Amino acid sequence: MESVIDQKPGHVTSLVEADSIVIRFSGDSGDGMQLTGTQFTDTAAFFGKDISTFPEFPAEIRAPIGTTAGVSGFQVHFGSKEIFTPGDEYDVLVAMNSAALKVDLHQLKKGGIVIVNTAGFDKKNLGLAGYADGANPLEDGTLEGYTVHKIDVTKFTKECLAGSSLGMKEIERSKNMFVLGLLFWMFDESMDHTIAFINEKFAKKPDIAEANIKTLKAGWNYGDHTEIFVNRYKVAPAKLPKGVYRNISGNAATAIGLVAAAELSGLPLFLGSYPITPASDVLHELAKYKTSNVKTFQAEDEIAAICAAIGASYAGGLGVTTTSGPGMALKTEALGLATILEIPLLVIDIQRGGPSTGLPTKTEQSDLMQAMYGRHGEGPLPVIAACSPSDCFDTILEAARIATEHMTPVIVLTDGYIANGSEPWRFPAAADLKPFKVNFVTENNNPGGTFKPYKRDEKLSRPWVKPGTKELMHRIGGLEKQNETGNVSYDAKNHETMTRIRAEKIQKIADYIPLAKPDSGKDKGKLVVLGWGSTSGAIKTAVREAIAEGYDVSHVHLQHINPFPKNLGELLSNYDNLLIPEMNCGQLLQLIRAKYLLPAIGLSKVQGLPFTTSELKNKILEILKS
Amino acid sequence: MTTIAEQQAAPKLTAKDFASNQEVKWCPGCGDYSILKQVQTVFPDFGVPKEDIVFISGIGCAARFTYYMDTYGMHSIHGRAAAIASGVKSLNPNLSVWMVSGDGDAFSIGGNHFIHLMRKNFDINYLVFNNQIYGLTKGQYSPTSEKGKVAKSTPYGSVEEPFNPSELALGAKASFVARSLDRDPKHMQMVLKRANEHKGTSFVEIYQNCPVFNDGTFFAYSEKETKKEQSLMLEHGKPLIFGATDNKGIKLDGTKPVIVDLNENGNSVNDLWVHDEHDKTKAHIIAGFFDTQYDGINYPRPFGVIYQEFRPTYEEGMQNQIDELIARKGKPSLDKILSGDKTWTIL
Ligand SMILES: Cc1ncc(C[n+]2csc(CCOP(=O)(O)OP(=O)(O)O)c2C)c(N)n1
Ligand code: SF4
Ligand SMILES: [Mg+2]
Repeated sequence: MESVIDQKPGHVTSLVEADSIVIRFSGDSGDGMQLTGTQFTDTAAFFGKDISTFPEFPAEIRAPIGTTAGVSGFQVHFGSKEIFTPGDEYDVLVAMNSAALKVDLHQLKKGGIVIVNTAGFDKKNLGLAGYADGANPLEDGTLEGYTVHKIDVTKFTKECLAGSSLGMKEIERSKNMFVLGLLFWMFDESMDHTIAFINEKFAKKPDIAEANIKTLKAGWNYGDHTEIFVNRYKVAPAKLPKGVYRNISGNAATAIGLVAAAELSGLPLFLGSYPITPASDVLHELAKYKTSNVKTFQAEDEIAAICAAIGASYAGGLGVTTTSGPGMALKTEALGLATILEIPLLVIDIQRGGPSTGLPTKTEQSDLMQAMYGRHGEGPLPVIAACSPSDCFDTILEAARIATEHMTPVIVLTDGYIANGSEPWRFPAAADLKPFKVNFVTENNNPGGTFKPYKRDEKLSRPWVKPGTKELMHRIGGLEKQNETGNVSYDAKNHETMTRIRAEKIQKIADYIPLAKPDSGKDKGKLVVLGWGSTSGAIKTAVREAIAEGYDVSHVHLQHINPFPKNLGELLSNYDNLLIPEMNCGQLLQLIRAKYLLPAIGLSKVQGLPFTTSELKNKILEILKS
Repeated sequence: MTTIAEQQAAPKLTAKDFASNQEVKWCPGCGDYSILKQVQTVFPDFGVPKEDIVFISGIGCAARFTYYMDTYGMHSIHGRAAAIASGVKSLNPNLSVWMVSGDGDAFSIGGNHFIHLMRKNFDINYLVFNNQIYGLTKGQYSPTSEKGKVAKSTPYGSVEEPFNPSELALGAKASFVARSLDRDPKHMQMVLKRANEHKGTSFVEIYQNCPVFNDGTFFAYSEKETKKEQSLMLEHGKPLIFGATDNKGIKLDGTKPVIVDLNENGNSVNDLWVHDEHDKTKAHIIAGFFDTQYDGINYPRPFGVIYQEFRPTYEEGMQNQIDELIARKGKPSLDKILSGDKTWTIL
């Protein structure tokens, strides 16, 4: 890529090499921090860094301006080494106003850099952020021990756009570009990617595009020409495996996974959904894939959403429904129907903090028990969980394979953290994905007699017949069925038989999934850390650090939670200690203790925030040293 | 899917061909039997192959209907048939989709889905068996029970107003609204045919007697002594006439319906209101012949097609969008979807 401006520094700075850097962009919801963070991320990824991001939004779309409730943050961790988490602490904090500094300063590394927009620290903003009258963190020693850059970003933006045809509001809105330009300068990254993005985004509004680019360059030049910055930082490209990469968030990976699953199974895709944070983006994303023959249906509520998906599966499609905790609760009754019907269905729960509306924009892993046991009657279902943004893709394919091959609804768990977070993804070629073509039944399985919709194969899975298939007309429903014939039956023994067959069918899936094995460490030893879902990155980082320091610790991560891999109990009992960290009050912990009678130790966090590496490492060392 | 040639070659089906091998288990004398019989009687005339017909029902006595039809079918969960049927029809618009609900299933637990189904206008036929009671759960009042209904859960009478289903459907933008009666087989057959012909959601309310928990609720409209006086049989293009000897008519005075005696004051059939199925304003007035009184007069209950309008169906809209976009942009390869727009290469 050709550089648009002379990137030679205008004054003497030293270029410091860094392994990895964490930047936190923090400002008011209206300050464009998400866009700023995303642009920085895309550029860093484009130039070969490994990346992990953590966008954090307030629950209110427009919380009162300037208050701590309205702070929106975007954290990006990029490096020349492998990166698995967005980072515990930041090297650089950009605070666009007083509230942002107040909320986010505590995680800035000692000696870290803080860049503040002084316009956000006037009397009004300080008051809105809840600072006592007369108090100002920029002046009272709060920032002692940090490298502080106080810049009136708002003023510079206005000056830079003086004479522009834009209104004052729009001019002020460009101030995030000034910061982005400055950060690009600081980290020696090119602006080209963002310039191309702006030109594309505002193709129809050239004056806005021009203003944004001008401000971006002004930010760069500010770093370059003022002599306040003595250091620039260079993060070399990561030694990632060779290949073609893209950046991907968990929700985007989920959407693409669904499109791929439809193609690999040969089924038309149908998504029934009702908007809910943080799941809505999957609906938004899939609605764009009309050219792949995807049908998306925004239903009147979550009940209708899952029911429509059930209808679509019944008609011979890949029925999918996406939601988060409260919506999952609404779907429960219909999930019971899908369970007794024994039809394929994907139910994707992108978890958030609960109960009720709880912490709608924050992450949690607290729906595991709901996924496992949230049924009326005996109705076990497969439950699988994604462990990183890109892993959502693989998890969806696995879920669709299980659903169609084993004729069952499958519950997929992801969470707000990996749904919104992103990472570089060495995406597969279509040809490398394993097809699981569905063959609908078109022949009578009871020649000479009536077709038997509940006659099973070796997996205990029943035939899938599309309405429209000649001679195989039959009725299915929520009432208990006679074994094989599917006719309504209230027979006592038959109900027990059917209940056990349905459960056994789910258990049998264990024969068709991979065995558990350590992700890091050995297959026996002093301590194993068992995780599931989005804690993967933090556990991996903590365990690898501990191993590097000579500790005997391993990490096993579960994708399949029901059924568990067949060897899980045996594997776990090879270790002296078992630690299960979860962003809930110990749900997998209870499952493991109950199933394997192992004295597992829990590490629980329910703050709407992911684990930091150090929280995990401290616990690991505490166990190993005791 | 069957080709037209194959359909023509196949011998015409009979009512019996539509009966499943399951024993019908409604109470003796239940109005549901008659509805089942009329449906099985008219279906052969529709010429749709059995394998292309799908019945989706909710829960209740009425909803057991699905088990008795030798078509494809799903007896689902209480109130949700509309949502399930929407998914079926979205995925495969070639199927002839029929729904069956009771009044509780359709208007109480399924009320939300009901209104949205009407507005969305899938090409689905929705038969609601209204017995003004919860049959399957043994006799509680329902959202169509008259105010003051004494039933199991309301020993001192209910205190709430019932829904007027036709008005509810019209208010929810239904494109086809009709009413019929279990005890009038010919009329029901006519309405079923009209529903089948209509492209869009056809809402057919069928008054159904529940001899066990709400016997005789609709007898005023079905029994010889009162029928002609109490019911108004609608026919497109025909004047609104009722009465024991067809002696009464309804005139419109502005937007106010007026009952006139055709044998008095020189009142003429020529001055009567002529039913126009496609006039929505008038459909609202007719639908209002339910619990509205003008000058203390009760109007006769309308039966037949109250309203019909022609507008595109949901599934057409959904499919057209897909087809147009594919025609314009082409179908992307899976590789293209996997890579997205922005990639980089690590060498
Ligand atoms: C979720 C749920 N709630 C309650 C019930 C119990 N239930 C079954 S049918 C019914 C009402 C039936 O009345 P209606 O829909 O009018 O049908 P009918 O039996 O009168 O034909 C009720 C309350 C149920 N099956 N499921
Ligand atoms: S309870 Fe009433 S509606 Fe139900 S089957 Fe018996 S008679 Fe029919
Ligand atoms: Mg009823």
